[in-house]
Amino acid sequence: MARRPYVRTMDGWWKRDAFFMRYMAREATAIFVVIYAFVLLAGVVQLARGEAAFAAWVAALHSPASIAMHVVLLAAFIYHTYTWFEIMPKTMPPIVVAGRKLSPGVITGAGLAASAVLSIALLLVVRALAS
Amino acid sequence: MKRSNQPVFWLLFGAGGMFSALVGGMLVFITGIAMPLGIGLPTDALTYDNLLVFHRHWLGKAFTFAVTSLFLWHGAHRIFHSLHDFGVPARGASAIACYGIALAGTVAAAVALLAIGF
Repeated sequence: MARRPYVRTMDGWWKRDAFFMRYMAREATAIFVVIYAFVLLAGVVQLARGEAAFAAWVAALHSPASIAMHVVLLAAFIYHTYTWFEIMPKTMPPIVVAGRKLSPGVITGAGLAASAVLSIALLLVVRALAS
Repeated sequence: MKRSNQPVFWLLFGAGGMFSALVGGMLVFITGIAMPLGIGLPTDALTYDNLLVFHRHWLGKAFTFAVTSLFLWHGAHRIFHSLHDFGVPARGASAIACYGIALAGTVAAAVALLAIGF
């Protein structure tokens, strides 16, 4: 009878290494992005249904449970933003400037700076439209 | 050779990931925290009339359609591949579930935005 070779199980493989843990944390942000997409989808559907339906959606956003959930969502989105630009040097084609490859730090920094500028611009536009 | 459909999903994943990385956090803050608590924004900032005017413009429609659908395609693609990491085969049921939800959400957003009118 043939000996059964030892096969290392794959169960919980991502808990074995801090690098894999960070990978899974980064991938898990997708769940929160989907949740927020559904919050906004509910809003636009309620907007189409009329004033009363839309008021119900806004009232739901004012509930303490919703605010608590959005604090969690915000943390996940900030982590997503950070990791998205952290891995961008590896996911985008290399950019060559003056014969040298653009350094990963410059790419990550430029992405984070673009996010900060666009986010502030978005807040200012919403403020202007709301007042 | 059969062409792979993966580049399409990867492109939607990338576009949604970039969009959400650039302004997603601020959108969450505006709609879910700043507006309800009145931090830097009036608590009635999201009025029905304002948002109706915004979404009757094609630019407003495009913005909201892009946010909802691309966020969904981004998340669906990432969750689909993470399920594979946990041993779920990257085909069949999990593909239909992940991409199906994104497609259903995209259609729902399009129908709602068209119902709002121009």
